[in-house]
Amino acid sequence: MTDTNQTPAKGQDFESSLDKSDKKVAEFEHRRKGLVDGLQHLLHLNPTLVPVMVLVVSVLIFSLPMVTGGKFMTMFNLSLIMQQVSIIGVLAAAQSLIILTAGIDLSVGALMIFSAVVMGLLGVNLGVPSFIALIAGFVVAIGGGLMNGLLVTRIKLPPFIVTLGTWYIFLSVLRLLTGSQSIRSQDIDAEAPILKIFGSFISIGSARITFGVILMIVVFAVLWYFLNKTAWGRHVYAIGDDKEAAELAGIKTDRTLLTVYMASGAVVGIAAWASIGRVGSISPNAFAEANLQSITAVVIGGISLFGGRGSILGPLFGALIVGVFESGLRLAGLDVQWQVFAIGWLIILAVAIDQWIRKVSA
Amino acid sequence: MTQPIIKARGLVKRYGRVTALNNADFDLMPGEILAVIGDNGAGKSSLIKAISGAVQIDEGTIELDGKPTGFKTPLDARNAGIETVYQTLALSPALSIVDNMFVGREIRKQGFMGKYFKMLDNKEMARIAREKLNDLGLMTIQNINQAVETLSGGQRQGISVARAAAFGSKVIILDEPTAALGVKESRKVLELIQEVRSRGIPIVLISHNMPHVFEVADRIHVHRLGSRLCVINPKEHSMSDAVAYMTGAKVPEGVAMA
Repeated sequence: MTDTNQTPAKGQDFESSLDKSDKKVAEFEHRRKGLVDGLQHLLHLNPTLVPVMVLVVSVLIFSLPMVTGGKFMTMFNLSLIMQQVSIIGVLAAAQSLIILTAGIDLSVGALMIFSAVVMGLLGVNLGVPSFIALIAGFVVAIGGGLMNGLLVTRIKLPPFIVTLGTWYIFLSVLRLLTGSQSIRSQDIDAEAPILKIFGSFISIGSARITFGVILMIVVFAVLWYFLNKTAWGRHVYAIGDDKEAAELAGIKTDRTLLTVYMASGAVVGIAAWASIGRVGSISPNAFAEANLQSITAVVIGGISLFGGRGSILGPLFGALIVGVFESGLRLAGLDVQWQVFAIGWLIILAVAIDQWIRKVSA
Repeated sequence: MTQPIIKARGLVKRYGRVTALNNADFDLMPGEILAVIGDNGAGKSSLIKAISGAVQIDEGTIELDGKPTGFKTPLDARNAGIETVYQTLALSPALSIVDNMFVGREIRKQGFMGKYFKMLDNKEMARIAREKLNDLGLMTIQNINQAVETLSGGQRQGISVARAAAFGSKVIILDEPTAALGVKESRKVLELIQEVRSRGIPIVLISHNMPHVFEVADRIHVHRLGSRLCVINPKEHSMSDAVAYMTGAKVPEGVAMA
């Protein structure tokens, strides 16, 4: 500091030369950009465009007669794909809520089975009235979410570790409860048929629209509303974006996170109920890969694993992409491993695109 | 003599064995720009965070308009009319300018949808945001639905200051608002600060930039070793005096320990 002895005048001498310069500081000009930059900006605004394009292109390819011999693009097959993805779809919705807050939930699959098992044990084996069995199942699911949320917000553990732990805990408890025995379909029909309500369907032509499929769409629609049209949704995105900034900006971040984990638990409870209808029976060993499949749908759906970015509708498309690949490649007569191969590449591609989109500000 | 808007006495804040605030006092008078200067680690940030509710003090009292504050969170301070622009800006990069301005104080729609379905009134928020940005001369912003991460550093600072100015009814605290900015952008922010003061809202300005401090401040609070060393008038002291005081090279004499 050499000039500190002079009397402080208004501004500094060297700044007087600024008078002639451009004063537009906060101007937001629109620069002319190339095609690639344009695409980057477009995807930045609509990260769901990628999964939508992948879905549309894959459906078109599989619809070609020379690929699947016209067996793909039938009402029956399309409705079958919807049924097949419905459970993972709902779980992916639950997973999305957590991932939007920059967390991850490894326990959703185990919690879903846990919840379904509680519904079955009470409603079928113990003969408790069905609605009480259902409530108990939802209490388990929301309670499981609350447990994850408390461990994350109160004890400040990373969500990955918390849910890795609760994954094992939920699995072991549900196996202890059932002795690893399944609850048979005919027993459910006899004792508590309401548990299987989401397996019922409406036929439209050759299409079979199950209640479970309708439920999945309703779940996504409701979550879309809350995430996009309410302050709670803004806060979820803000927390995932930068938790510290959100806290300083006046969001009660821990309280919001707790509601996110509980809402996610409630959606897992919905998935549990729907899964009984989809599978028919309740098996403690079913949906062993559901955790990872839900994360796959979320990632392919363009929601950033680093939080705060992506649309809740993305995972719906992500789950559908997986279903379309599975169906299409099978109908094309290819080994199902090619589907696994393709999904693997899609995951890597999706995350690479996400990283690229993030650089838009530079 | 007029009463201070914010009056803090004997603030103590310890982090483990480190004492960040050691019996610190603080006064902010109505309508003034008070600069807070001090060497790194002198406890400026802790002082500001204590006032804005971001940290809880271990001992001492803070009064706003003569009433004890007892803020538990930054939200409490905000509800009491104290807005803070943090050095990190506290903006969510992926959210839009409007969303960032209204985060934590969103406006809901009138009537049924707002009341029972908590639907946000995006139009109204956009209208107010545009109005506030215009008021502060940031009117060249065209698309207020643009994500904040697509803005330059100066533009982000502008949004953050505009947010504070738009909603701060009692006090605005600015933590190093020009530290990350270029010459032109700094000038714009200093103009913003004077614009806000001209509306009668007092400002606390934490800065390392002596020329900026001496240009805009009415009084300068020198913080040293966790407490207030002195308050000086920039018209009666030179920048080198101020630097000497805050580094301990010189002990102030004859300054009012106001």
